[in-house]
Amino acid sequence: MNRIVVGAHYGLKDWLAQRITAVVMAAYTLIVLAAVMGGATSSQEAWRAFMSHGLIRFFTFLFIVSLCYHAWVGVRDIWMDYIKPTGIRLFLHALTLLALIGYAGWAIQIIWRL
Amino acid sequence: MTNSVQMRTYRFSIYRYDPDQDTKPYMQDISVECDPMDKKLLDAMVKLKAKDDSLSFRRSCREGVCGSDAMNINGKNGLACLADLAAFPEGQPIVLRPLPGLPVIRDLIVDMTQFFKQYHSIKPYLVNNDPLPERERLQSIEDREELNGLYECILCACCSTACPSFWWNPDKFVGPAGLLAAYRFLADTRDQATSERLDNLEDPYRLFRCHTIMNCVDVCPKGLNPTKAIGKIKEMMVRRAV
Repeated sequence: MNRIVVGAHYGLKDWLAQRITAVVMAAYTLIVLAAVMGGATSSQEAWRAFMSHGLIRFFTFLFIVSLCYHAWVGVRDIWMDYIKPTGIRLFLHALTLLALIGYAGWAIQIIWRL
Repeated sequence: MTNSVQMRTYRFSIYRYDPDQDTKPYMQDISVECDPMDKKLLDAMVKLKAKDDSLSFRRSCREGVCGSDAMNINGKNGLACLADLAAFPEGQPIVLRPLPGLPVIRDLIVDMTQFFKQYHSIKPYLVNNDPLPERERLQSIEDREELNGLYECILCACCSTACPSFWWNPDKFVGPAGLLAAYRFLADTRDQATSERLDNLEDPYRLFRCHTIMNCVDVCPKGLNPTKAIGKIKEMMVRRAV
């Protein structure tokens, strides 16, 4: 099969999601930065109290999901740019996706353990 | 007479490759004397050609309209007929290479098949199924203004061959020149195939290989902005989807 096939009709959703998740991550970075400046990391107890606060937990969760989605689109773009054989690309796509799902689950478990 | 004219010698390092004779490409060092009447790089190249007629390059209008003499000049794509000779630093050779990423036919001449294939894939013509008017399809002044900065493209391929996304996927990514042309027809109020055009581009390769690197904007000899046009296409897709 040497024919070039294009026209998968997706990409807009991922492109848009990458922008939205970037905004979420930037906002979360500012929140954490403000908290650190405000002394939330002065002691281990203060740090723990900050991270286990309901609202912060919600934002941390959003941040991790955003990070993973953002990384999925970005890393997939790298494979699409540089990896030509479809089999290897599919393997790398799957590996990236599974690794990111694993990381997300692990991170969420850590937040809720606090 | 010759004594009063300020002559300047230009040194060149030129990519040479003749597939019939050379096993691999090489850089040829050559110099040429130019007088003040030689204003542009192309003028010097025409003199070079007279000195060594085996040197091959495309040229036609010599005034930045036909887009034939696009090449890589000192590492940056541009038109030889628009590059000021006086602006080249003295003491350094002018390095000329073919446009990067496309197959070389000979010396500075590249095979543009892939480039035009992508251009044709966006249907670069007006689609309008209404009966033909007696004279022409008129636009309002405001509607016509939408096409400024889009219709001026001369298809010289400077932008697409400066685009890393086009280097890696020239067979699947439309490239900045093709996408600028695509938006030219998307922005045209007389065109009726907007949705089909957007369908045709909504693809992770055809449109979304653009990572906003903006090399295209940097090199365009006509001062156009393909990145902005690509952004507008994405904006239209968002407007259609949400």
